[in-house]
Amino acid sequence: MVSLLMPDAPSVESIDQLTRDALDELNAVSEANGAEQWRVTYLGRRGRLTGLLRSLPQLEPEQRREVGSRANQAKNALEEALARRAREIAQAALASQDALDVTLPGRPVVTGRLHPTTQIVREICNAFMAMGFSVVEGPEVELDLYNFEMLNIPAGHPARDMWNSLWIDYVNEEGQQPMLLRTHTSPMQARVMEAQDPPVRVIVPGKCYRYEATDATHEWHFYQIEGLAVAEGITFANLKGTLYEFARRVFGEDRQIRFRCDYFPFVEPGVDMSISNFVDPETGRRPINRDEDWIEIMGAGMVHPRVLEGVGYDPQRYTGFAFGMGPERIGMLKYGIDDIRHFYRNDVRFLRQF
Amino acid sequence: MLIPFSWLSEYVDITLEPNELAHRLTMGGIEVGDVFTRSGWEGCVVGYVRATRPHPNADTLTLCEVDPGDGPPLEVVCGAPNVAAGQKICFARPGVTLMNMHNGRREELKPATIRGVVSEGMICSEAELEISDEHEGIIVLPDDAVVGAPLDEVLGDTFLELELTPNRGDCLSILGVAREIGAITGQPVRVPEIGYAESNTAVDTLAQVTIEDPDLCPRYTASVITGIKIGPSPQWLQERLNRAGLRPINNVVDVTNYVMLEFNQPLHAFDLDTVTDHHVVVRRAANGEEFTTLDGVSRKLSADNLLIADPAQAIGIGGVMGGANSEITAATTDMLLESATFHPLNNRRTSTDLNLRTEASLRFEKGLRPELAPIALRRATQLILETAGGQAAAGIIDVFPGGDIKVPAVPLTVARLRQVLGMDLDIARAETVLGSLGIATRRTGPDSLEADPPYWRSDIAIEEDLIEEVIRIIGYDEVPTTMLASPIPYHRPNPMTALKDALRDALSAAGMQETISYPLVSMEDLGRLSVNGEAEGDSTRLRVANPMSADQDIMRPTLTASILNTLAYNRGHNDGGFRLFELGSGFIPQSAGLPMEQETAAGVMSGPRYDANWLSSGESLDFFDLSGTLAAALNRVGITTSLLSDNQPLFHPGRCARILAGAGQSADVGVIGELHPDIREAFDLGSDPVVYFEVRLDDLLKTGTDGGRFQSLSRFPAANRDLALLVPTDVPAARVQGLIERVRLVERAELFDVYTGENVPEGTRSLAFRIRFRAPDRTLTTEDVNRAVNGLTRALEREAGATVRA
Repeated sequence: MVSLLMPDAPSVESIDQLTRDALDELNAVSEANGAEQWRVTYLGRRGRLTGLLRSLPQLEPEQRREVGSRANQAKNALEEALARRAREIAQAALASQDALDVTLPGRPVVTGRLHPTTQIVREICNAFMAMGFSVVEGPEVELDLYNFEMLNIPAGHPARDMWNSLWIDYVNEEGQQPMLLRTHTSPMQARVMEAQDPPVRVIVPGKCYRYEATDATHEWHFYQIEGLAVAEGITFANLKGTLYEFARRVFGEDRQIRFRCDYFPFVEPGVDMSISNFVDPETGRRPINRDEDWIEIMGAGMVHPRVLEGVGYDPQRYTGFAFGMGPERIGMLKYGIDDIRHFYRNDVRFLRQF
Repeated sequence: MLIPFSWLSEYVDITLEPNELAHRLTMGGIEVGDVFTRSGWEGCVVGYVRATRPHPNADTLTLCEVDPGDGPPLEVVCGAPNVAAGQKICFARPGVTLMNMHNGRREELKPATIRGVVSEGMICSEAELEISDEHEGIIVLPDDAVVGAPLDEVLGDTFLELELTPNRGDCLSILGVAREIGAITGQPVRVPEIGYAESNTAVDTLAQVTIEDPDLCPRYTASVITGIKIGPSPQWLQERLNRAGLRPINNVVDVTNYVMLEFNQPLHAFDLDTVTDHHVVVRRAANGEEFTTLDGVSRKLSADNLLIADPAQAIGIGGVMGGANSEITAATTDMLLESATFHPLNNRRTSTDLNLRTEASLRFEKGLRPELAPIALRRATQLILETAGGQAAAGIIDVFPGGDIKVPAVPLTVARLRQVLGMDLDIARAETVLGSLGIATRRTGPDSLEADPPYWRSDIAIEEDLIEEVIRIIGYDEVPTTMLASPIPYHRPNPMTALKDALRDALSAAGMQETISYPLVSMEDLGRLSVNGEAEGDSTRLRVANPMSADQDIMRPTLTASILNTLAYNRGHNDGGFRLFELGSGFIPQSAGLPMEQETAAGVMSGPRYDANWLSSGESLDFFDLSGTLAAALNRVGITTSLLSDNQPLFHPGRCARILAGAGQSADVGVIGELHPDIREAFDLGSDPVVYFEVRLDDLLKTGTDGGRFQSLSRFPAANRDLALLVPTDVPAARVQGLIERVRLVERAELFDVYTGENVPEGTRSLAFRIRFRAPDRTLTTEDVNRAVNGLTRALEREAGATVRA
C-alpha cells in the first residue's frame, strides 16, 4: 500500500476549491467508466474529499465544526452531481445506441373497408331504426304481382313506363312472364302487410334493377331503401316529421326539406322530397349540382287505399305513408361523387376512399 | 310536351315570370323540365315582298323587291320556291349573324353577288334562324306582322318543356296547362267558344256509325263536312303547330292536330268517299288481318286490336293511326271527322304490340273521358269550316252505348282531410281550391262536399285524389311537421340481416375490402368456371329475357364469376395484393315459383401479401392467408369452423377444403381453396395464386353461434409442454390437434412447427405442438402433466400412427 501524503490542513477555501475542480472535471466526463473513475478520485475510500474529511480531526474544534459542515455539504453536492451526470450519460448512451428512425413506415397491417353503399344504407337504416322502424329484406327476383299489381300498377298501365323492367326468361301456362328483377323494394310493402296486422313500421333496403341506359346519374343496378308506416292515425304531417328527422340525422341540422306534388300509383297524395343543396362553408360553393337550390332525393306519399285494401287492411281505419330513396344518390350528395357508375365497377381506388 | 306562351296566353293571362311560373307548376305536380326563350335575331326585321321577277341568269332563283320598313326597297336574291309578292317575310340585312347553311356555322351575313346580281340581304328559312332544320322554303309571316318590326317581337316566344307524370295526361294539352296555371295564379281560364253554322242536311243521312265492341270503344262521335277545299293552313295555324313541335300538313289534318293540342282529344279525318256505304264500323280485327297504316307500313293485326272499318275493309287502327286507304288527300271534298273514346289498356296494348306509339295513343292510353269527345269534335268542325270551307251537316253522330251511366261524384270531408293530412282545413277552403281547378262541388253537409270530376280529368276517382288536388295547390309547406305518435310495432329481429352485418364488419376488420357487383353474368363467365371450359346445361340457369347486354344475361348461380371478374378488373388498374369479399345472392331456379336466392359470402385473395415495404419480403398471399382470415372473421361473429380436405373441380387438386361449422363441426357451410390454375388463367388473373372461399349464409345461420356463454376462469396456473410428433403425411394436422385437445386437462394445443426433411423418415412429417394443461380446481403437479402426456402419446399412436420425435 502506498503511504498517503498528508494533505494540508483542510479549510473552507480548500473544500470549495476542491468542489469546483471536481464539478468541472465531472462535466467533462462523458462515459460511464469516466464517471466511476471520478467517483473513485473524489468520493472513493481514498478519494480526495474523503481524505479531506479524514484530516478534519487535525483542526481546532471550532474550525472543525465549520469546515466539517462545509465538507459534508460538498460531499452531498458531489454525490448528487454524480448521480445526475450518470443518468445523463446513460440517457445519452440509449439515445446513441438504440434510437429509431421513427419516421420509417410502420409494420403493415391490412384493413378493409365496407363498400360505400353498405355504409350509406346502414346510416340511413340507423336513422329510421332510431324512430322505431325495423329492417326487412325481400327477394330480388319478384313476381309481377308484388312488384306491380299489388302496388296499384295493373298490367298495361301507362305508369309501368316509369319502371322499365328486366324480365326473367320464363313463360307460365297463361303465356305471361310472371317474374322480373324487382324494379324497387316497394314489393315488400305488400309482402309485409300480408304477413302481419297493423301497426307496421319497416324499412327495406336492397338491390333493384331497371332496364335503362346508364350514364353519370343512372345505373340499371342500384339500391333502394323503401319505408312503410301504417297504423291508425298516421298522417302526412307524420311523413314530413319522419323524413325531416331523417334528413337532419343524415345530412346535418342545417338542411331544409321541401315537398312537391308527384305521382306514384301506390300513394295518394304522392310527393317528391328535396333537400336544400349543400354549400361548402370553406369555399362558399356547392360541390355538386351547382345550379340547384334543391335536390330531389326521394318519392313518398300516403299509402293508396287500394294498396291497403289489397292486403286486407281497412283503408278507412288505417292510414300510412311510404317512401323510397336511392342510397347511391344520397352518397353522391354526401361525398361529392360525380358518377354513379363508380359504385359497382368496384375499383378499389374508389372503394378505399370511404 | 312543349308549351309556347304565345298559344297558352290565349286561354289564361300569365301573371308570373316564366321561371316563377315553372317553379309553381313543378311544385304542384306539373314538372317543368326546362323554360326557354326563343329570340336573338338581332337586326332581323319583318320585310315585305313588294314584287318578284325571275333571276336573269338562273331558273331557280327569284329577284325580290323587299321593303325593310325603314328605307327604300332593296333587291334580294331568293332561292326558295315558296317566295311570292305580297308576303311578309323574315329579312336579314348584311351585318346580321345567321346560320350559314353551306358550312353549318354562325356567320356574319355579307353582301353577295349571286349569278351576277347583287343581293342586298337575305330572306330567311327556319334553318337559318335556327328554329328548325327546315330549309326548303322561307318563313312566311302572318299578314298582320308590322313591316320593319324586329323579328324577335314576331317570332320570339317562351316555352315550357313539361315532364309529365302518367296521371296528368290532361296537361298534354295547352288548355290543360292553362287550367293549371289558372288554379295557381287565380286567373280565369278562357275556353274557346264553339259554334258553327250547320247545313240543312242531317248528319245521319250522310253517314252512320256502328260500334261492335263498346268495351274497347265506349263512345264514337263524328261530323260530316262536305265541299271542303284542301290546302295549306293559314299562317297562324301553321305557326302554332310549328311552335308546339308539330309539322303542318294540310288545313284539315292541321286542325285535327291543333284541337288535339288544344283539348287533348285526338281526332281523325276520313275522306268520306273512301268509306264504303259511308258506314263506319268499330270492330276487333280478325286474327292475322293485315292493314296498311297511313305511314305506308303493312301491319299484321290480332283480335286484341281495335279497327275502324267500313263494311268492306279496315280504314284505321282505333286510337293509334289511320289508314292509307282513307286519308285526306288534295282531292278530298267530303270528310268524316272522328272524335272517339278508346279503352286505355287496350289502346296501349295495341300500340305496344305494333310498336307504334303515336300522339294519339300517347293520349288514349292515359284514359280520356267520353264527355270530351263531342266537345273536341265540334271545336274541330268549327275550325275546319273556317280553314277549309264547306258545309257541316246538321248535328253530330254520337254512338255512346253507356251514355246513361253517370260518373259518380267524389266525396270529400273535413274529417278525412284531417285523417290523411294531419291538419285542419275547412271545407270552404277546399271548395275554393277545387273551384279554381274547374272542379264543380256541392256541399253535402257542414263539413263535407261532393265533387264532379271535370271532363278533362281522368285521374280523380276517390276522396284521396281530391285531397291531393287541394293540398298540391295550397302547397305542402302548409302541412305541419309532426313526429309519429302511433305505437312502435313489436320489433322482429332478423337474424340473417344481423349475421350479414356482423360478417361484413368482421371480414373488413380482418383486412378484406367489401365489393358489390352486378348479379348478372354471361354463359362465357360460367364456362370459364369449369376446368373443361363448358358451362352446365341451360336448364340450371336463370336467364333474363331482355338483358342489358349479351354478357349480362344469366342470374349468377354463385358469386364466383362476379368476384373473379372484380379481381380481374382491379388487377388491370391497380398494383398490389387484393383481399376482396362480397355478400350477395346466387340464384337457383326452382321447378315452380321464384328462384331460391342463396345468400352467400364469398372472398378472394391474390397478389403480394403486403405492399412493398422494408419489414417484410414480397411473398404472395396464399391459402393460409385466406383460411386464417376467414377463421378469424367467423370467430369474430361467434362461429368456430374447421376445414376438411376435399377436391372440387374449381380448385387446385389437393388445395381445397370444405368449411365445417356447428355442433361437432358437422355442418358443411362452404368451400375454400386455391383456384385451379386453368381457371385462374381463364379469368386472366396472372401467375400469383388466387385463393377463394364461399360460405352459404343460411347454412351458417343454422349452426348457431357459440358466443355469449360464460365459462369460469381457472384460478390455477397452466403447465406448458412442447411435443414434436412424427406423423404420417396423410394424417391432417387438424386431426392430430383434435386428438390432443380431446385429452383431459389439455386446455389448448398450438401447432408451432411443421417440418419435413432431414431426420424425418419418408412418408412422415414432424408436427410440433405447444400444449397447455390446466385443471379447474388445483395446481397441476409434474406427475399430473407427465401422466397426461403419456396418455396423449398413446392415443396419438393408436389413433393416428404418430410417435413422439426423439
